Amino acid sequence: MLARRIIPCLDVAGGRVVKGVHFAALRDAGDPVEQAARYDAEGADELVFLDISASPEARRTTLEMVGRVAEAIFVPFTVGGGIRAVADAGAALRAGADKIAVNTAAVRDPDLVPRLAESFGSQCVVAAVDVKRSDGRSTVMVNGGREATPLEAVEWIRRLEALGAGEILLTSMDRDGTGEGYDLPLVRAASAAVGIPVIASGGAGRLEHLAEAFEAGAHGVLAATIFHYQGSSLPEARAFLRARGYPVRP
Amino acid sequence: MIVVVDYGVNNLASVVRALAAGGHPAALTTDPDEVRRADHLVMPGVGNFGQASRTLAATGLGDAVRDVAARGQAVLGICLGLQLFFAASAEAPDARGLGILDGTVVRFDVARPVPHVGWARVEPTAAGRRHPALQPVFRGEPRFFYHVHSYHPAGLPPDDVLATGDYDAVFPTLVGRDNVLGAQFHPEKSQRAGIELLDAFARWRP
Repeated sequence: MLARRIIPCLDVAGGRVVKGVHFAALRDAGDPVEQAARYDAEGADELVFLDISASPEARRTTLEMVGRVAEAIFVPFTVGGGIRAVADAGAALRAGADKIAVNTAAVRDPDLVPRLAESFGSQCVVAAVDVKRSDGRSTVMVNGGREATPLEAVEWIRRLEALGAGEILLTSMDRDGTGEGYDLPLVRAASAAVGIPVIASGGAGRLEHLAEAFEAGAHGVLAATIFHYQGSSLPEARAFLRARGYPVRP
Repeated sequence: MIVVVDYGVNNLASVVRALAAGGHPAALTTDPDEVRRADHLVMPGVGNFGQASRTLAATGLGDAVRDVAARGQAVLGICLGLQLFFAASAEAPDARGLGILDGTVVRFDVARPVPHVGWARVEPTAAGRRHPALQPVFRGEPRFFYHVHSYHPAGLPPDDVLATGDYDAVFPTLVGRDNVLGAQFHPEKSQRAGIELLDAFARWRP
């Protein structure tokens, strides 16, 4: 039996952890290495590090920072932001990442996904999908949420699984940073569409929201605001979820 | 001295760091003579059985690991490192492993995604509960360890199975005989449980 995962997310820009609302209005949330070490000590199941300035500013993932975070933690570590080629992924893995998240680059060049899976194994390849709703449609967004694509979210997620992605990191831009809860219909549709794990992201504001995402089929929950600012600790989150019958680590 | 065998696979630094987190300095080496001087030997590994077995043969590291195991020193294999303790694996049918443990390595045959990735509940067997290096880790209870693998040990003598996981099928995930231990999971990525396992291994005097 696999435990469901609680995954703090470090959005990093300019060497600092930041967190915004709807991908904008960023505010500071601390030093990445200190934050990572604290979440590891509190029992995070994994950590995700997204260099959110990488894609828009055409900057490569901050490998030096990745290396320092990797040295501070003893859990699987996903790195994303600015990874456009197999060589970028290889460099992040050598710096200490265990998995690579791709988003914009996978939309521009879908064949990157099978190339990454062949090079490093599908367990290494996290397909990040940013979604914005408009006119009853769930649209895949790229370039840090600045640019809409013609892709519909669930169709794209199915295709990513077929291309060899090992898991889907599904972020609702509409809910990002709002604390209103995950986009549960989206999580439910995505989880039902693929056999690989779906990680729900965007909107967690209370511990109930984590349970709702599991109920909707998510294998893991990504959260930033709730752990960075709102005083909920990982041990509290685990106790809350365990009491509701979800298989989480003690 | 704890020696970590460097045979060209990944995740070596994280194994050394997780040992250090438990207070145990370890040396990484590619030198068979240094391997032979180990009093505790760790063989990590992420990669392909065929490729790794050829590297072990070509560098002389395989013979050195076999010598340390035969001398009765504590030896720990991790993931592919453990799989290489068997004589053969379905991943590379023509390749020869080290033959330190009896059994073989098979691919998951389940209607679920393979590789098996994640925090899996690990249940000690009766033999595992009695094992001096594992007793302080489990204290009779199951624990979660981080797994990433498509293949797993199979066909072992029953007493060599020390703990099992369950992924639609029960599979051995901690195995060992005498002075040899092997973990199919990654203690170096398993937070406190993993650091405690490496600490218990480092203190073990088989």
